[in-house]
Amino acid sequence: MNFTRLKWVGLILALAAVLAVTACGKKKVATAPPSAPPPTPAPTATLTANPNTINAGQPSTLTWNTTNATDVSIDSLGQVGPSGTVQVVPTESTTYRLIAKNQSGTQEATARVTVNPPAAAPPPVQNEGDAQLFQQSMKDIFFEYDSYDITGQYTAVLQQDARFLQQHPSIKFTIEGHCDERGSTEYNLALGDNRAQATRNALVAMGISASRIKTISLGKEKPFCTESTEACWQQNRRAHFVYNQ
Amino acid sequence: MKRTLAIFSLLFVATAGLSAPPPQDWIRTGTGLGVEKIRLAVPDFKLTSNDSQSQALTTTFNTTLWNDLQAAGIFDMVGKSFYPMAPPGAPQDVRLPDWNQPPPNANMLAFGNLGVQAGFLSMQGWLFDVKNAQSPQVLGKQYREEANEANARLIAHRFADEIIFRLGGGLPGIAETKIYFISNRSGHKEVWQMDYDGANQKQITHNGTIALSPHVSPDGTRIAYAGMTKDGWQIEMWSLELGRAVSFPRFNGTNQSPAWSSDGKTLAFASSWSGHSDLYAIDSSGGVPRRLTNDRGPDVSPSWNPKTNAQIAFVSGRTGLPQIYTMASDGTNVARVTDQGYAVSPSWSPNGQFLVFAWVRHYGPGAPGASDIYLMDVASKQWVQLTHDGGRNDFPSWAPDGRHIVYQSNRSGRTQLFMMLADGTQNKQLTTSGENTQPNWGNK
Repeated sequence: MNFTRLKWVGLILALAAVLAVTACGKKKVATAPPSAPPPTPAPTATLTANPNTINAGQPSTLTWNTTNATDVSIDSLGQVGPSGTVQVVPTESTTYRLIAKNQSGTQEATARVTVNPPAAAPPPVQNEGDAQLFQQSMKDIFFEYDSYDITGQYTAVLQQDARFLQQHPSIKFTIEGHCDERGSTEYNLALGDNRAQATRNALVAMGISASRIKTISLGKEKPFCTESTEACWQQNRRAHFVYNQ
Repeated sequence: MKRTLAIFSLLFVATAGLSAPPPQDWIRTGTGLGVEKIRLAVPDFKLTSNDSQSQALTTTFNTTLWNDLQAAGIFDMVGKSFYPMAPPGAPQDVRLPDWNQPPPNANMLAFGNLGVQAGFLSMQGWLFDVKNAQSPQVLGKQYREEANEANARLIAHRFADEIIFRLGGGLPGIAETKIYFISNRSGHKEVWQMDYDGANQKQITHNGTIALSPHVSPDGTRIAYAGMTKDGWQIEMWSLELGRAVSFPRFNGTNQSPAWSSDGKTLAFASSWSGHSDLYAIDSSGGVPRRLTNDRGPDVSPSWNPKTNAQIAFVSGRTGLPQIYTMASDGTNVARVTDQGYAVSPSWSPNGQFLVFAWVRHYGPGAPGASDIYLMDVASKQWVQLTHDGGRNDFPSWAPDGRHIVYQSNRSGRTQLFMMLADGTQNKQLTTSGENTQPNWGNK
């Protein structure tokens, strides 16, 4: 118990001066006096990665500790000090191998960092960009007359939308339900509500948190297209996504 | 080849049959309108003071009185060209044979005088049964109000309503009632009001969002409507006495289409807080809503039977396209009323006997698709079509006299409000500015 705590204290101290410590360590290695004749015990080594699972583009911290080693190196990082920490940003899952050597022997330790497949979109964007990205990526879905069922092709559209939302978990948004101009104002307000709620339910089923989603019906109050043609009506029977600040 | 031709001609005959106008269905019916109308003569009232203000007010008065009596729907107004040269200003001026024989051949004569004295408009009016030589006077009335246009109209409305009450089977006239509606002429959909004849149009709400479905309380003090707020669609309450919004409970989801019971105690409305639009009833002073319906299809647009408050008509999409249903006001005994097409916006007549609603009766490809106003006898489910002029007619609302209906129509281009008699005759356009929708006829 005490031991674990000490280890954590050490880790925190190490974290506080990541690069300085490493640089310092190198010098020490360079200036280390040759060891005395008595037989040296074999080296020990530990290596951990925290966190050990990351999304592409996120950092993980490697922490290592060795004793009695005269030569310590980590694959892909080269020579390092006897103990230390370093941040790594692997683009794919990587196993880091530490080799600690002295005259008496060699000790290895490994730590694996699993990287989730990279997002189609590049790493997190700033907030101002989110609104634009949202607008570009989130495709509205359309409905049949007097219907609020999400049919075949729009299920696929919604799955694309859900993928985007999963990649941008901080985005909150409103689903607007819209209807064409035919029929009563009141019935269409309910129908638009059904369309918005059906869309929300489908997104929630695809793993999007309901707490990110607001819904509102606009009935036939704010049509996208104002001609009395089927082509225009089709445009107005939709669930429209609006980015929330 | 012959066979295909035969099929084609068959198809042609079939489609021709479908597109041909249906057999005449302009059935003229009435709600207490069927009896022969009373021939009423209304000569211009005589001016008793001679200044420009009196003349202007007298013109307003005479026009308003004539229009009110004509709009009542129970009189056959005798044309002014048949009247004697000198109109009577007082009972001693009336010579009965001038009125009760052709050409006027009137049953009734309304006449009188008015003038301005010391800033007050005074009016004396009489109603004579000119076929009753023994005791012709039915009514004698005097009114005195501050002299202005509004009061000239008010006095005319009051006198007209007295006449209508006496000669119209004891049903109160509607000349002093108001109609509430939605207009976008300010740039946003807001609640407006006007006199029953389209005069004095006034904006009530200034929310700058969207207001829908205004319904005035039976005592005329409050308007419930659906407003788009930061909490979504909510039932909003406006006090006409205070001239401001008053609080009303808010619920999740889309809350809309409020309807007052005729005792003013309960509001029925549609709410989607459970996930789909169902009907609820709530005390008009607030409290916890009671659920009335529970099905996946949208339920909206409740209308109470104002005679009993024991039944509610409403619209449901539970079987596909919306249809009219009725139920007991606790949600039991649901019965479907319409059997086809697209039927919405029911309004229950004051005597409890009829529903009016908007119906696209033949719905689907190739059908004309006009939405018309229909009247249905609730007990027998027999119906008649009241509008025939094409376009989209919707949101009929009964006047408290049960003889008039106000509704919206886009027959002249933009959607405007019209009033008509409950047999579909005497259509009169009430609004012209902006788009005007969802009228609701107040009791007062």
